[in-house]
Amino acid sequence: MIADLGIAFARVAFVMLFVLNTAAILGWVERKQSAIMQDRIGANRASIFGLRALGLFHPLADTLKMLTKEDFRPARADRLLFVLAPFVSVFFALLAFASIPFGDTLRIGDRVIPLQAVTLNVGILYVFAMLSLGVYGVMMAGWSSANNFALMGGQRAAALMISAEVAIGASIIGVIMVYGSLNLMEIVRGQGALLWGWLPKWGIVTQPLAFVLFLTAGIAATKRIPFDTPEGESEIIGYFIEYSGMKFGMFLMTDMVETAVIAGLCTSLFLGGWQVPYLGAGGVQFPWGTTLALSPLTVTVLQVGAFVVKVSIMIFLLMLIRWTLPRFRYDQAMRLGWLGLFPLSILNIVLTGMVLLVLRPS
Amino acid sequence: MTMRLGQRFYLREIASGLGLTAGHFFRNLGRHIAHAFGRRGTPGAVTIQYPEEHRPYAPRLRSLHRLVRREDGSPRCVACMMCETVCPAHCIYIVADEHPNPEIEKVPVSFDIDLGKCVFCGYCVEACPEDAIRMDTGILEFSSYSRAGMIYTKEMLLALEPAGPLGKPTSPVPIPADRRV
Repeated sequence: MIADLGIAFARVAFVMLFVLNTAAILGWVERKQSAIMQDRIGANRASIFGLRALGLFHPLADTLKMLTKEDFRPARADRLLFVLAPFVSVFFALLAFASIPFGDTLRIGDRVIPLQAVTLNVGILYVFAMLSLGVYGVMMAGWSSANNFALMGGQRAAALMISAEVAIGASIIGVIMVYGSLNLMEIVRGQGALLWGWLPKWGIVTQPLAFVLFLTAGIAATKRIPFDTPEGESEIIGYFIEYSGMKFGMFLMTDMVETAVIAGLCTSLFLGGWQVPYLGAGGVQFPWGTTLALSPLTVTVLQVGAFVVKVSIMIFLLMLIRWTLPRFRYDQAMRLGWLGLFPLSILNIVLTGMVLLVLRPS
Repeated sequence: MTMRLGQRFYLREIASGLGLTAGHFFRNLGRHIAHAFGRRGTPGAVTIQYPEEHRPYAPRLRSLHRLVRREDGSPRCVACMMCETVCPAHCIYIVADEHPNPEIEKVPVSFDIDLGKCVFCGYCVEACPEDAIRMDTGILEFSSYSRAGMIYTKEMLLALEPAGPLGKPTSPVPIPADRRV
């Protein structure tokens, strides 16, 4: 009983710490990556006892700064909703990562531990539910600030979120059809199979169109450039215009956590999750017949490592897109969502269904 | 204006843009790593880390004034008031007196420049018949919490030296008495 509780706690703690630390590091990654892309050096001045550590202390300094700043609330703002909004926003973003698996089952003695915080049969629906609920925080912030620009930002966020969520939902139907499950763990397991004996059956291989659509809609769901119309820095500042101090910091953190969630989802659905090519439960089995036996613990460590590496690569890609593309105008973002992504994802569903019908073992 | 189909499709152009920025990223990252291991190639960034490093200044840059000294250390200035007259900002204040040497007309008892008013036009340097005031110290970092702290006196201006190669200052920034901590 105690051991079960401890294991459950450890699973949740691992995921929570992974997400929170990723979100904290992302602030540093964002600054440094954009700097290196633009021939600059980036933030490097924060130091502890003269140790600069490539600017790694800047997230720490930022947090301290935000915690000690004045926590301002406009006189006409709705007191409860104004305070609640950033918490709602960051809470659902954090929850979304819970059912993303970071490894296969781990056997300790006679216990079988699935390496994900919450084992859900409809994990993928849960993740999207949490992602969609995140927009409530943004709308609450926009509404309760008693500021027209904030209200416009909140409405834009709601509109963008709806068009993005529809495309996200429609684009993953193809993945669900191919792997036949709503359980993220099962979807990742299904991606361990090999096509024609050598090609890993990852989602990006079976569903390339869905990958592009999901990535685009996923970036829109994070509300970051090129889809940062809710923020619209150059025109309306956006839903958090009245926020200061750590409440503003929480909105910032929400964006980072959502980036991590989208990267984790992309990894789980399209890049094989924790799968290492040709690595099975017993060891590496190369397509040309060679086998390399590995202990179960080594396999688990390799799988968790593979998941982390894949998420890091996806985050790099998301950051690269964010620092390369200019912002879509509001109407362009809407048109892309409803006239581009959504019909294409429907087309993807139809194509997938036809292919599955043809390939069906008779 | 019609766009080509490839441009309308948008994804290909995005891919080429991402390729460009990713190329910059990995090229610069490699250069940063090479520098960290002590190699002296092209640096990975064009950044000049300002307080420690300075951008090279041009020789004709107009920086903090200095008063040129005679061989005995007294100012070359003869208090002719040319610079004070020509100064468009009226920031030079000269008090003149007889010079003990009859060969020399006058000498400034005090020569104050209020840098809070100075516009660094360089007219004082142009107007000076004795080449007694120059703006070649290479010093640009003088700031103060008070207006009085921006007033530089004759003694401070006399102590300055011309800038070295690449406009690097050779004399320390003179700090007025009320600005010393």
